[in-house]
Amino acid sequence: MDEPLLRELTPAVIGVLVRRGVDFATAEDAVQDALLQAALTWPDGQPADPKGWLVTVAWRKFLDVRRSEVSRRTREQRVEDEPPPGPAGSADDTLALFFLCAHPSLTAASAVALTLRAVGGLTTRQIAAAYLVPEATMAQRISRAKRTVGDVRFDRPGDPATVRRVLYLVFNEGYTGDVDLAAEAIRLTRQLARTAGDEETAGLLALMLLHHARRPARTAADGSLVPLTEQDRSRWDTALIAEGVAILQAALGRDRLGEFQAQAAIAALHADAPRAEETDWPQIVGWYDELLRLNGSPVVALNRAVAVGEADGAAAGLAALAAVDPAVPRHTAASAHLHEKAGDLSAAARLYADAARSASTLAERHHLTRQAARISQALRG
Amino acid sequence: MAKYLLLKHYRGAPTPPNDVPMDRWTPQEVEDHITYMNDFAARLEGTGEYVDSQALSPEGTFVRSDGEGRPPVTDGPFAETKDLIAGWMIIDVEDYDRALVLAGELSAAPGAGGEPIHEWLELRPFMGSAPTVTE
Repeated sequence: MDEPLLRELTPAVIGVLVRRGVDFATAEDAVQDALLQAALTWPDGQPADPKGWLVTVAWRKFLDVRRSEVSRRTREQRVEDEPPPGPAGSADDTLALFFLCAHPSLTAASAVALTLRAVGGLTTRQIAAAYLVPEATMAQRISRAKRTVGDVRFDRPGDPATVRRVLYLVFNEGYTGDVDLAAEAIRLTRQLARTAGDEETAGLLALMLLHHARRPARTAADGSLVPLTEQDRSRWDTALIAEGVAILQAALGRDRLGEFQAQAAIAALHADAPRAEETDWPQIVGWYDELLRLNGSPVVALNRAVAVGEADGAAAGLAALAAVDPAVPRHTAASAHLHEKAGDLSAAARLYADAARSASTLAERHHLTRQAARISQALRG
Repeated sequence: MAKYLLLKHYRGAPTPPNDVPMDRWTPQEVEDHITYMNDFAARLEGTGEYVDSQALSPEGTFVRSDGEGRPPVTDGPFAETKDLIAGWMIIDVEDYDRALVLAGELSAAPGAGGEPIHEWLELRPFMGSAPTVTE
């Protein structure tokens, strides 16, 4: 049986049922039943139009449920409700399902879980494992999310920016256990890019591919962080980089710049440097300026200050950093790095130690503690 | 088998003999300390005595109910006795004596000068098991 094909078709089939007015939870149950039937009968011969087959079977499953719920009076209605024969429609329904799962009425955590379940076709157990929560907790979260969007009608298109944000959240969860959420986010973004076809979705896909390409080099065997400048660049995945750059260039060529395209451009410039010293920092600063224009977030301003430090020297970097809100995460770490670069080692050692105390992951804390220890040792001579 | 919680404290316990802050160790000393902790956990996984371990960020907040809709939040009742927990490890061992041995080993992780840091660990049995009765 063709499992990847089934996972690919699932959101579109749910989308068809939702478009026909079936509420989300019932539609998903009906499609699950249809998938079960596919698992039983497809080994004897896959239908010529798998999606049409699934839609028809899911619709019948839905009607079965509805028939038992409603009385026999409505039975005559059934013939009228039967789906029209012939191949199923376009892929727009998948897009509708993306919008539904990223609906603004959902919290970010619920939107992510629902997207993985309905669009990604992951099991509740897999999603729970990826987020290190008990399966019952995740099941509750998903069914509450389904109830929340149960009454939502699709009379107008949703916001693509929200869908992209949800997919980026999935990507940044990384991976734990048997489900690689980064790979899953890339798969879903590819799917969205095929149906939505806009520049920013292409930009998001390029950004994910470029980040993902560096993953093998980002952590050492013992799980410790390897900073960009020290990564073994021969371990970067050149095929992914080439694909990300090609997608990005096509998107940039359409001259509708957005945040994800600008971020992908920065990632592409890093990926393009054969050695850390050959990084084109002035151009990276230029892209940070664009990014700051599109989204004046203090996180972007912080990253820009670090890039300025590389392009124009530590003093310029520290001046840029002085304009950034000190409460931004990693502000202290960036300051430590720039002070070290400026030769102020005692300040750098103190700042690295401060930054280690407020680090958000153990790997980051260990990394910053090592930096503090390294400089303290240099100071002692 | 009995489960025990080993609590690592930031402060609140008597000052241990080798009390040099980690950022003043040499890089090699930091490395050795982390390796020791990882090896310890890996070894307990090998003996089937490892359950879980997590590190906690130093920032904590004290909260208690103060009537409807008003949870008072403070940085701590008394700063000098604030007893912050740095992390924990859960072990599942044969008996209390074995738990004591392992807690002693974990406390002897190397620090500055490669000497054991002798950090204080709080050893707490899980409820629902009879800690000193062998099965």
